[in-house]
Amino acid sequence: MKINKDLKYTGSHEWVRLEGNIAFIGITDYAQSHLGTIVFVELPEVGEEISKGAPMAVVESVKAASDVYTPLSGTVTAINEELMDDPEQINSDPYESWFVSLELSDSTELESLIDAEGYQRLSEQEE
Amino acid sequence: MSQQEMLNQIGLGTVEELFGDIPQEVRLSRDLNLPVALSEFELLNHTQNLSRKNLNLNDHTCFLGAGAYDHFIPSAVDALLSRQEFYTAYTPYQPEISQGMLQAIFEFQTMICELTGMDIANASMYDGASALAEAMLLACQSQKRQEVLVARTVHPESREVLKTYAKFRGLTVREVGYLDGQLNIQELKETVTSDTAAIIVQNPNFFGTMESLGEIGEIAHNNKALFIVSADPISLGILKSPGELGADIVVGEGQSLGNPLNFGGPYLGFFAVKEKLLRKIPGRIVGETKDKNGNRSFTLTIQTREQHIRREKATSNICSNQALNALAATIYLTLLGKQGLKEVALLSLQKSHYAFEQLTSHDNFSPVFSSPFFKEFVIQSVVSPQELNRKLLDHKIIGGYPLEQTYPELTNGWLVAVTEKRTKEEIDSFVLKAGGQ
Amino acid sequence: MKQQPLIFELTKTERQGFSLPTCDVPTKSIEQLVPEAYIRINPPELPEVSEPDAVRHFTQLSQRNYGLDSGFYPLGSCTMKYNPKVNEVIARMDGFQNIHPYQAEDTVQGCLELMYGLDTMLSEISGMARFSLQPAAGAHGELAGLMIIKAYHEQRGENRTKIIVPDSAHGTNPASAAMVGFDVIEVKSNSRGGMDLTSLRESMNEDIAGLMLTNPNTLGLFDENITEIAKIVHDAGGLLYYDGANANAIMGITRPGDMGFDVVHLNLHKTFGTPHGGGGPGSGPVGVREDLVRFLPKPVVEYEEGRYYLDYDRPLSVGRVKAFYGNFSVLVKAYSYIRSKGPDGLRQVSENAVLNANYLLNSLKDMFVLPYDRTCMHECVFSGIKQLVKGVSVLDIAKRLLDYGYHPPTMYFPLIVQEALMMEPTETESKETLDEFIKTLGIIMQEIETNPELVKSAPHNTVVARLDEVAAARHPKVRWRRSL
Repeated sequence: MKINKDLKYTGSHEWVRLEGNIAFIGITDYAQSHLGTIVFVELPEVGEEISKGAPMAVVESVKAASDVYTPLSGTVTAINEELMDDPEQINSDPYESWFVSLELSDSTELESLIDAEGYQRLSEQEE
Repeated sequence: MSQQEMLNQIGLGTVEELFGDIPQEVRLSRDLNLPVALSEFELLNHTQNLSRKNLNLNDHTCFLGAGAYDHFIPSAVDALLSRQEFYTAYTPYQPEISQGMLQAIFEFQTMICELTGMDIANASMYDGASALAEAMLLACQSQKRQEVLVARTVHPESREVLKTYAKFRGLTVREVGYLDGQLNIQELKETVTSDTAAIIVQNPNFFGTMESLGEIGEIAHNNKALFIVSADPISLGILKSPGELGADIVVGEGQSLGNPLNFGGPYLGFFAVKEKLLRKIPGRIVGETKDKNGNRSFTLTIQTREQHIRREKATSNICSNQALNALAATIYLTLLGKQGLKEVALLSLQKSHYAFEQLTSHDNFSPVFSSPFFKEFVIQSVVSPQELNRKLLDHKIIGGYPLEQTYPELTNGWLVAVTEKRTKEEIDSFVLKAGGQ
Repeated sequence: MKQQPLIFELTKTERQGFSLPTCDVPTKSIEQLVPEAYIRINPPELPEVSEPDAVRHFTQLSQRNYGLDSGFYPLGSCTMKYNPKVNEVIARMDGFQNIHPYQAEDTVQGCLELMYGLDTMLSEISGMARFSLQPAAGAHGELAGLMIIKAYHEQRGENRTKIIVPDSAHGTNPASAAMVGFDVIEVKSNSRGGMDLTSLRESMNEDIAGLMLTNPNTLGLFDENITEIAKIVHDAGGLLYYDGANANAIMGITRPGDMGFDVVHLNLHKTFGTPHGGGGPGSGPVGVREDLVRFLPKPVVEYEEGRYYLDYDRPLSVGRVKAFYGNFSVLVKAYSYIRSKGPDGLRQVSENAVLNANYLLNSLKDMFVLPYDRTCMHECVFSGIKQLVKGVSVLDIAKRLLDYGYHPPTMYFPLIVQEALMMEPTETESKETLDEFIKTLGIIMQEIETNPELVKSAPHNTVVARLDEVAAARHPKVRWRRSL
């Protein structure tokens, strides 16, 4: 299982990449491998305000659908429309396949994220 | 005998022991109080007697419509439906041994798209009314709004079903009145708000009248509401499709397409949408794919919308639909084809207009609306339609629908339907008997 | 068998499969009758084929389908019992089939009498006061039943917003609850596969409108604590809903009403022998205890002074859930089924259904893992984890069964059993059929040992091989279009 050292993670298998006050969010290699081949992604609308813990996207395989929860609150500044046309890239390259970018409304929430090492331990326990 | 043998093999002495987990306090300690068993012969006699207590349309001439129509059904339809491979099969969850039903549904979906002018159709709903209710739920969810507007010219029972589904979801259904038998456009403009998720009409409407779909669709879209049309599929043989006139969702009652009247069911609802709503629609959808040898094949698809996967987040709870009725519609539309459907529609149009003229030339009847109609129309009678219908029954004629029960303002209003099955002779006799001579 | 073209691909311009009378009334031009703006210019792209072409096409399609008369169909939770032919004949009688729903009541007394009679018999079988025959399918019955539960609480001035469902429930239960605006609380099953009483007690409060339960449940097990469950729910002011999809085990033996259920739906297309139609039409009547009768969907058939009538005057009714009165011809078949069985016959149905299921359970429990080793009711649930270790999933086993001419059991349900394989033989199968099926599974077990690839690449004898479902979902092609 791949883990990208430069990213932050959540216990529910999302990753976060920070660029200033903008956070890019996607799902981890562990998450995609458990979902199986992804056939569809539903993303929020640009401009939508979402708060920590709320479902922000849905990923679907043939026989399952999973909500993706945002680990941070903020306003959606962009969505990765490429994923809608080619959802399989989440399987092949999960850490480049960001779902949304968020302008953060509460930077203290970043403290709840875990680093790569911590995430590695956590996902090994779940295996 | 094998029962004891089987019991022995599983280590039990009596059948009773199989039910040991059921506590005595909830056991039924007596026989069910039901009539004793009938042999096949006795059952046929009993049900034949029961059925003879009804007056049926083989012995009577029918001018009754109001949402269920006496169209002709070619003999091949029932012959094919009676094949056990179709009618005794379960839902096609195992595609390798269900290609027949899956392909037929794919063909059905295509035909519904063609009729309605839409991109996507599902595998069917329970009936036209529940399909309309599901369309309302879809619209409210997709537009994130809590209210729909429905024309009072929509079938009264469909409106009742809309209200039932709406009330338990906290949605509001507001009705918009009619003018000259059509949705009152001015009233619609005054009623529509920024909270309107959808405008819902029926075409031809309950009175048989054609609505100005294009104009209504524009009002819906100007207010960022969806435009939902419930359409009579037979009329689509000659009428412009709702899809061409701006509809976002087209549903309808498909009974007319090869399904017997059956005292109200089973019929089928059809449900079609524009591409953008694909992932939001209720019910099963069949898609084309390939098997691992590259052969074209069909399977249920986009199932993540459905209850067995998404549970409480599903687009609907529907699973069993009306597959066999949809198959009947598919066979019917295959037999009639492009030309036949048009002919059925034209014959119904011509014959209903002939009947309308004959009736309204009589002193006892007057037209109520002047708007164009398709195969059904409203006239006002001097005597009550109930009384008329009783009189007609003596002549083995089933008369029209008395409108006052659902539209109290239409005093002595009578809704008369004329399909391609009615002959000139039958229509003339109907007019004569209804006229009282 | 070669592929069957789509009906559209068989089209030859102006070929016809119909014969309609010529117009015998004076005609006008269509432009005189229909405003020009409404007249269709682009006709729908419907097939143009002759009647023999059409008949051959759909016959070809039928031969690519597997019906109950084709062979054994042990599909769990679906009750694929034989559908008696006489019921098809009865449903097609003129006096049932050719009746308009809006005919005057005096002219449809036979239809109404049949419906009233069916209501009475279903009420007796389930121990309820009255049924509405309006719902078109099981899920539709659930929807109506949950509306009744909501209406009941509202009428008492209570705002209860949540419904409890066990984790073993049919997917329709939570979906139906959501359709009527309830939030869903899931409660785990206990180690015997039944409702966990402690969790249930902890979950019950003044927000809970009711509990939806299937008993026997989807594991095919009867919950022995049913009276205690009913007490816990009722004491907290909730109602108990019976998902009657699994009623084939209980007829004449126990009744939901006697177990303490307040609202029940029954699937006539399961327990009462009406055909599934390849996915419908079904029928899902909803029944209630006496004080809930006033909430039933309207109209309800009533009887007074020798005459049956449709009663619309029901101010507390949840309303209408469907046009007209229900899937009437399905009601005719279910009525005929019950009349052909009688009280003893129905009890024998349940006894034999349970015996057959236990026979399968007993004969296969060494072959598969049996997660709950108890006497089962109408169906039994195995786990294929032993086989999975060898790299063969229950999906593979199911697909291999196709090669041997069987419809496979239900797979991957209930969700709480890993690699679930759920078998419901029904009462209409003989010991010989079951023995043959058991033997076939034994052969497949051998194949897993000696040639697992054969199983994993199955089916081999069907008209198509395994399908690419990923492609179907990713690039949905859900209709034919004329290629340009």
